[in-house]
Amino acid sequence: MRPLWLLAALPLLALPLIGSGSTWLTLTIAGLAMGLIIFIIASGLTLVFGLMDVLNFGHGVFIALGAFMATTVLGAMSSFTETPHLGANLFAVAVACSAGMAVAGAVGLLFERVLVRPAYGLHLKQILITMGGMIIGEELLKVVWGAQMIPLPLPEGLRGSLLLGEAAVEKFRIVAVLTGLAVLLALLWLLNRTKLGLLIRAGVQDREMVESLGYRVRRLFVAVFVGGSALAGLGGVMWGLYQQGVTPQIGAQVNVLIFIVIIIGGLGSTVGCLVGALLVGLLANYTGFLAPKLALFSNIGLMVAVLMWRPQGLYPLGQR
Amino acid sequence: MHSSFSLKNLLSHDLPRSRWLALLLSLSVLGLALLPFIFPSTKALNVAAKVLVFIVLVASYDLLLGYTGIVSFAHTMFFGIGAYGIAIASSRMGAGWPALATGWAAGLALSLLLSLVIGLFSLRVKAIFFAMITLAVASAFLTLASQLSDFTGGEDGLNFKLPAALQASTEYLEEPLLGVTIDGRLLSYYLLFFAVLGLVLLLLRIVNSPFGRVLQAIRENEFRAEAIGYRTVVYRTLSNVLAALFASSAGALLAIWLRYAGPDTAMSFEIMLDILLIVVIGGMGTIYGAVLGSLVFVLAQNYLQDLLRLGEGALQGVPVLSQLVSPDRWLLWLGILFVLAVYHFPSGIVGRLRLAAALRAHQQTATSAEVSSS
Repeated sequence: MRPLWLLAALPLLALPLIGSGSTWLTLTIAGLAMGLIIFIIASGLTLVFGLMDVLNFGHGVFIALGAFMATTVLGAMSSFTETPHLGANLFAVAVACSAGMAVAGAVGLLFERVLVRPAYGLHLKQILITMGGMIIGEELLKVVWGAQMIPLPLPEGLRGSLLLGEAAVEKFRIVAVLTGLAVLLALLWLLNRTKLGLLIRAGVQDREMVESLGYRVRRLFVAVFVGGSALAGLGGVMWGLYQQGVTPQIGAQVNVLIFIVIIIGGLGSTVGCLVGALLVGLLANYTGFLAPKLALFSNIGLMVAVLMWRPQGLYPLGQR
Repeated sequence: MHSSFSLKNLLSHDLPRSRWLALLLSLSVLGLALLPFIFPSTKALNVAAKVLVFIVLVASYDLLLGYTGIVSFAHTMFFGIGAYGIAIASSRMGAGWPALATGWAAGLALSLLLSLVIGLFSLRVKAIFFAMITLAVASAFLTLASQLSDFTGGEDGLNFKLPAALQASTEYLEEPLLGVTIDGRLLSYYLLFFAVLGLVLLLLRIVNSPFGRVLQAIRENEFRAEAIGYRTVVYRTLSNVLAALFASSAGALLAIWLRYAGPDTAMSFEIMLDILLIVVIGGMGTIYGAVLGSLVFVLAQNYLQDLLRLGEGALQGVPVLSQLVSPDRWLLWLGILFVLAVYHFPSGIVGRLRLAAALRAHQQTATSAEVSSS
């Protein structure tokens, strides 16, 4: 449980450095929001790796796909996004999220079938082929949405900040935190408390045994891949809104961040992924305030430090 | 007889082993050697210089990926270090050979240090971890290069001057030779050509040495290589360091040719993708693959766009299709080619040609055995 202790220590350490309590609260909530968005994206990747032993370098495509879907959906629902009515705004965001998840999941199905399936168990081939998938996907995105940046403004009611005491908290960050927590709880529940989760975990442990009991592990794994892609799509919608703009390169940029997170977390562990994402989010916001020049390297520094301490990440999967 | 022996030695006994491959390689080398006299245009010369630089860059990456089985995404970092080494030294010390030598040496030194550190990391982590870590380190380094604008010129990069002997204004002959002015630019091209030739022969020597064999053993089965008694950690680190040093030299050559170094030309992620594409298309685990792959790729990069422009013109007005064949989307077609190559031609151009030659030889021995037995 020591890594969790680390997560609590970071904000406490930052408090005296920052000095002002309200600034600290603002930064902490911003960090948590960023961390939870990253968690949504990274959880899909770590799930696919942890369960199927597939490292998908093309994960970024699904992120970008989600973000682009958000521009299309929110653009089409302008009557819902341009009123200050919070319910209508949230409805529009929910529709964008569902559309992003659905499309990313569907493309994920295709991606798994065409590219990944022939490369199961071959790491080098997987890396190369998913990399190729990313090149193709990024170019196809440019064909559909163009190569330019598309602005993605927040809906009217989600702009601006709330005042918690003296600390200003941007409204969208609260939405991000709540979404991230919902995804976390849903994942933990699905994997640990349902029969589906039981089968998935059993399929990882001993695939042949589960198959001989009459379950089709192959289909379960395809479902996991689709789920992972859909999570990337959801994360892409949130990340696009967070950045308030979408470029075709967004996937590749986020990919680097995601890799750092799952390396810190221990590659394959959901809890590790959460801790890694929150550490990255918090640290990025604290260093962004304290030493802006250093912020660009805070992730790398964090990764190196964690790997020095625990070469297999914070929560390594035992059997691999 | 004697001359064939010396060629064999020069190629470190790693002969093409296929008549077609030998022919293509000779044509490539001859073409690159005589290019300024065959196609005396500036564009052709620039394309050829890019091919030369990529040959070394890709061959050095193949030492890692093809021979040792290490996937690294930090190769452009070393390429960039080499390029910036030349650029920074030349712009600080003034144009001249000492600046080039200092910049080259400094680039090599920094590459050595960094690759050693990254290599030491690789003993602590698994293959997939290593790939991701190198990706993160390379992106951080790219950020560093564009942030330290006092030193590296930021996003704009650095323009600098070459020693007088290599400048285009320096003419060596009063009359053009065979219609080509013999100037510093031509000398630069041949400097590149012979440097690349030397570096490739050196790489051939490395991969065909006992050391190279151990790298291949590690690629095939690391556990067994360790069990035989090789310290695989040492070999993998050395492979990392050597690849970095060669990449750094390739970067230095690029900077000398362009008289410029910048983040996009020397360090961007697109170049890393190019390298991967070329290694796979040319053939992993063969230095010759880097030669043919670079040639095919750079030619495609420069002339496929013209071809696509024709296609776009033909399909003008058709909504999605004309977008798909737009010259801006040439990477899409290379990506598809890449995926097809990984699945259907995993051994690349060189592997295919060698396989075909081996099959033919096999058939011939089989038929001659039949003839002799009957």
